[in-house]
Amino acid sequence: MREEGWLDDEGFLGAMEISETLPGLNAVNMAIIMGDNLRGIAGAVVSVIGMLLPGSIVVMVLGILYQSNHDNPDVKRFLLGIAAAAVGLLSAVTLQIGRRQFRQLPDIAIIAATFLAVSFLKLPLFVVLLGVGPISVWLYRPHVSEPRSEDEHLPFHRGPHHHWFRH
Amino acid sequence: MTRLIHLFLVFSLLSVLAVGGGTAVLPEMQHMTVHTFHWLTDAQFRNIYSLGQVAPGPNMLMVLVIGYKLAGWAGMVVVGIGFFLPDCIITLFVNRWWVHLGAWPWRTSIQRGLAPVAIGLMTSGTYAIAKLSIVNVQTLVIALVVFSILLWRHVNPGVLVLIGGAAYLLLSS
Repeated sequence: MREEGWLDDEGFLGAMEISETLPGLNAVNMAIIMGDNLRGIAGAVVSVIGMLLPGSIVVMVLGILYQSNHDNPDVKRFLLGIAAAAVGLLSAVTLQIGRRQFRQLPDIAIIAATFLAVSFLKLPLFVVLLGVGPISVWLYRPHVSEPRSEDEHLPFHRGPHHHWFRH
Repeated sequence: MTRLIHLFLVFSLLSVLAVGGGTAVLPEMQHMTVHTFHWLTDAQFRNIYSLGQVAPGPNMLMVLVIGYKLAGWAGMVVVGIGFFLPDCIITLFVNRWWVHLGAWPWRTSIQRGLAPVAIGLMTSGTYAIAKLSIVNVQTLVIALVVFSILLWRHVNPGVLVLIGGAAYLLLSS
């Protein structure tokens, strides 16, 4: 993006902010935002197609091959190995993306609550989002979370007394 | 025809719920395709997930294969549009409004509040795939090795995942 002079770092980070907050794949959201910013709706459309088309073709080729070979034991084992490797990948990525959240107590509680609700209580996703979401947003309600650049990673740190909540 | 409608509805719902990306919506996707509608078995879901990992681009292109498997080319198109279009529309509009919302203090609250929720959902997604794929010592070792390598240095994850597949093939015969 820098090479083409489409965006500077600040623009990119801004796009990331939006992209990560919204539902949907980060990559797709980024494509839409940058495409739209550069060339409006046409830009957004072209951007998304460019991002999804090559992969779509490959995945469909693989899908068709899979259809005709799904009983092959080697194929099954290969795909299982890939899934196992993917678990390692996903774990690393989650830790990476959440590195700030995993170190703040209120966030850790939200992460735990969300995880337990989905994976153990098996609550439907929209229930979890409508339940935990507003609570979490409330924890970061405006008068509490005044951003201080040096304390950016500790939104509730207010001087020598460590308060979670204002009252 | 009803199946196409169901596919479209299910995947558009998933599109809107995907706070935190594709991984975040995996448990719900699995629940709906395997347990609610009995469209796939757990093993098929996992295998299609792996196909998505191998293909370049976003992992969630796997949904195209699900659509194709269930309803041919029409299924693929319907699922593709259902899963990607709602998200694109929402993002387009929110992006255009984002600057206008700049002074709104709740904008930051929403961003910060949803961040840990997204991370929690990603953790659930990882756990869902783990339940499907960590079935013996070899798979556990592969997962741990890949995890360690990626924490230690940046390696092309696509290549790593393919090596993991090949490794399991060797280790399990």
